Amino acid sequence: MIPAAFEYHRPKDLDGVLSLLTEHGDEARVMAGGHSLIPMMKLRMADVPHLIDLQDVAGLTGISHSDNTIRLGAMVTQHDIIGDAKLAERAPILREAALQIADPQVRYMGTVGGNVANGDPGNDMPGLMQCLDAVFTLVGPEGTRDVPARDFYEAAYMTAREDDEVLTAVTIPVPRGGYAYEKQKRKIGDYATAAAAVQIVKDGGTCTAASIAMTNLSDTPVYSDAAGAALIGTSLDDAARAAAVAAMLGDIDPTEDNRGPVAFKIHVAGVILNRAIERAWARA
Amino acid sequence: MSKKMHIKLTVNGKPEEFLAEPRELLIYTLRERLNITGPHIGCETSHCGACTVTLNGKSVKACTMFVAQADGADVTTIEGIGGPDTLHPLQTAFKEHHGLQCGYCTPGMITRAMKLLEENPDPTEEEIRFGMAGNLCRCTGYQNIVKSIKAAASEMNAAGSSGREAAGSKKEVEAAE
Repeated sequence: MIPAAFEYHRPKDLDGVLSLLTEHGDEARVMAGGHSLIPMMKLRMADVPHLIDLQDVAGLTGISHSDNTIRLGAMVTQHDIIGDAKLAERAPILREAALQIADPQVRYMGTVGGNVANGDPGNDMPGLMQCLDAVFTLVGPEGTRDVPARDFYEAAYMTAREDDEVLTAVTIPVPRGGYAYEKQKRKIGDYATAAAAVQIVKDGGTCTAASIAMTNLSDTPVYSDAAGAALIGTSLDDAARAAAVAAMLGDIDPTEDNRGPVAFKIHVAGVILNRAIERAWARA
Repeated sequence: MSKKMHIKLTVNGKPEEFLAEPRELLIYTLRERLNITGPHIGCETSHCGACTVTLNGKSVKACTMFVAQADGADVTTIEGIGGPDTLHPLQTAFKEHHGLQCGYCTPGMITRAMKLLEENPDPTEEEIRFGMAGNLCRCTGYQNIVKSIKAAASEMNAAGSSGREAAGSKKEVEAAE
């Protein structure tokens, strides 16, 4: 499996990346850990005449904390997330999700930035970041702009990022309440048949806030405002959970593939969301 | 064909320098250019883990890395872990506990297990299974691989640091469903 030939670039700073992107236009692509892009290049489903490796670019690594937010540099790996004690304390859903992505070797290489920027509906971080109401920072020749995760995804592999922009960071408000990332997959390394990211705030036995997003059940991640709203003001009894599941099912649009027919995916989506809500509530 | 690059690598402590196309996959560099044939090609699609090497302290699948990305890196393969006359405790344990049958996955298994034990020197069975989930074996059913790694961990812990490079005490592995 030999990819088409390409020219390799390893700039040291973001200016270097941007000038390469400007110079080579859509012949250039940036690469973080490469575990989505390299397989696509080997299959010759992606043709990248100019490959820009981000591994040496300054300022893209590290997890930083402020009172209300957490910033993840685009090159933070899933392995970094799993090993970061402060992150596990402040936003434990990130660690729970990262542990369910791929396998140990892939997690050493796979990055947050690559996972969210790639636009693959199978990736776990996009739905998670929609649940957490993250903001993605994009840097391009015109400057820097922030795009909410909930507005970023347009279709499979189509996002709000322009070709000459680089996603440099993901910033999340520190999540509140109970959490769960629940994922059904056929085997280690597979994408989700269905996955749900849930954050729930409980106050005196009543749900006061809820955020729900689903993965690999549409050509984009699905943030279901209606599913969260169905839980607010309830004590999360069976009827409330059923209403949330019904609302979520109204927002997804799964297609048949080798993970199963549409009816099966709808069934699994409901089971997974129900489990995620129960676990998040128990932790709230 | 693209322009060749000047690549420098350190493999099992030995500096290597050569010209290569950036698209060359690290597994081919190791096996065909440097004649280091311990890491195997199983699936070549980043699933099976037979090509696992340690690169700058990370377990990586050498089939999913361009040699250009590895330029400047420090690489350890099974050959750097132990040889026929200097078996590493993991190698001894795999032999004694029948942690292999055909042996094809074994170099990747042991290279990955080595890193796992560096990060978590006394793993539970569950932690071993989770930490080894990127390596497939089609013979053993995994039971004896888990036993081998458990036995090697005991052996290495009893021998102190002599059988292992500086080990972190961090527990990274946790069952996720």
